Amino acid sequence: MDDTSLTLDGLPPGGAGSVLLLACGALAREIIDLRAQNGWQHLDLQCLPAILHNTPDRIVPAIEALVDLHRAAYETIFVVYADCGTGGLLQAACDRLGVQMIPGPHCYSFYEGNAAFAARAEMTCFYLTDFLVRQFDAFVWRPLGLDRHPHLRDTYFGNYTTLVYQAQTDDPGLDAAARDCAARLGLIYERRFTGYGDLAAQLAALA
Amino acid sequence: MSDDEIILNDLDDDDLVAQMFDDLYDGLRDEIIEGVNILLARSWTPYDVLTRALVGGMTIVGNDFRDGILFVPEVLLAANAMKGGMAILKPLLAETGAPRVGKMVIGTVKGDIHDIGKNLVGMMMEGAGFEVVDLGINNSVEKYLAALESEGADILGMSALLTTTMPYMKVVIDTLKERGIRDDYIVLVGGAPLNEEFGRAIGADAYCRDAAVAVETAKVWVARKHNRVVAAAR
Repeated sequence: MDDTSLTLDGLPPGGAGSVLLLACGALAREIIDLRAQNGWQHLDLQCLPAILHNTPDRIVPAIEALVDLHRAAYETIFVVYADCGTGGLLQAACDRLGVQMIPGPHCYSFYEGNAAFAARAEMTCFYLTDFLVRQFDAFVWRPLGLDRHPHLRDTYFGNYTTLVYQAQTDDPGLDAAARDCAARLGLIYERRFTGYGDLAAQLAALA
Repeated sequence: MSDDEIILNDLDDDDLVAQMFDDLYDGLRDEIIEGVNILLARSWTPYDVLTRALVGGMTIVGNDFRDGILFVPEVLLAANAMKGGMAILKPLLAETGAPRVGKMVIGTVKGDIHDIGKNLVGMMMEGAGFEVVDLGINNSVEKYLAALESEGADILGMSALLTTTMPYMKVVIDTLKERGIRDDYIVLVGGAPLNEEFGRAIGADAYCRDAAVAVETAKVWVARKHNRVVAAAR
């Protein structure tokens, strides 16, 4: 399991549990870590390509197809996505399919805790998680064309002030990489340790 | 200078406009500025330069964006090139009394700082002959309403990129209703997480998927409103 394949391909289904987690590839390492820490062997995991983050209109049909595919094989299917830019359509699809999903607007909200994140109301902050720091070029730099047209940077980020790195783990290497991302975007850098936030509680509730 | 470099001034009008379409597509701002100045020197009206050369070219860009051939960076480069031409044409259009289709107040909603889509819509609306008052980002309901009134606008355009900020559009529309002025304005909404269903649910007149759709939708609604006013006057 490497980050590039999680970005582009996701993670194929595996395990023999009773609960299937259909997750964003950006959450794979964290879910696997929580499963190992807590002995949640009843949780099987399949991940969609994390890069769907950049085309949210593709998330809903992909989830619908996988729920249909696996429905007969599992007692419970849980969608490990927040709204993720679907404008409420993912929640509507989950309601229609009779499956649960994670509340909140984005992973960077539930990592911090949805209530705490909303209370901050940080309009001018741009967020990266551990995964997004490692995949910054694939998710931010190249899709925005900044590798080819660096002068567009302020068109995209001129209204932002701060890059907040929400650290799921204590990793000095990622801290340095995130600081470099902030410098490349011309933003003030802030590191904020979140751990797994609401993700842990959501998965624990499936135990 | 390479042998195959194109001298814009050597091209006849049709070839020059075709070349400007290509240059817009490639985001070549300096070439667009040069092309605009050449057409003006050939006695084209500012309005013709705008609609036939710039808007024609941006329409191709918009269509290819819609069809997944072009992506956001390329559209921004094209828009930047068009802006270069617009900067020359805008004062001339005002002087020459070019036709005005209607007036739009546009802005990103409260709590949201994203303005790329909003800026593209504003530019394309100007290109289509609308007067555009851009309120920028993070706009409260009070600011929208004050601008609508002071500017005598026909259209309100609201933009949001975040799932958490898009419900604010309903706050604005509900306030228009409470004050009994909802039907005085055409309300268009747009932004990445929005969809048609959301637009209907909050009481907007239309959801616009992209800048080109916004322009076409605005034209249709302004014509409809105009026809209503004419019919009522009979």
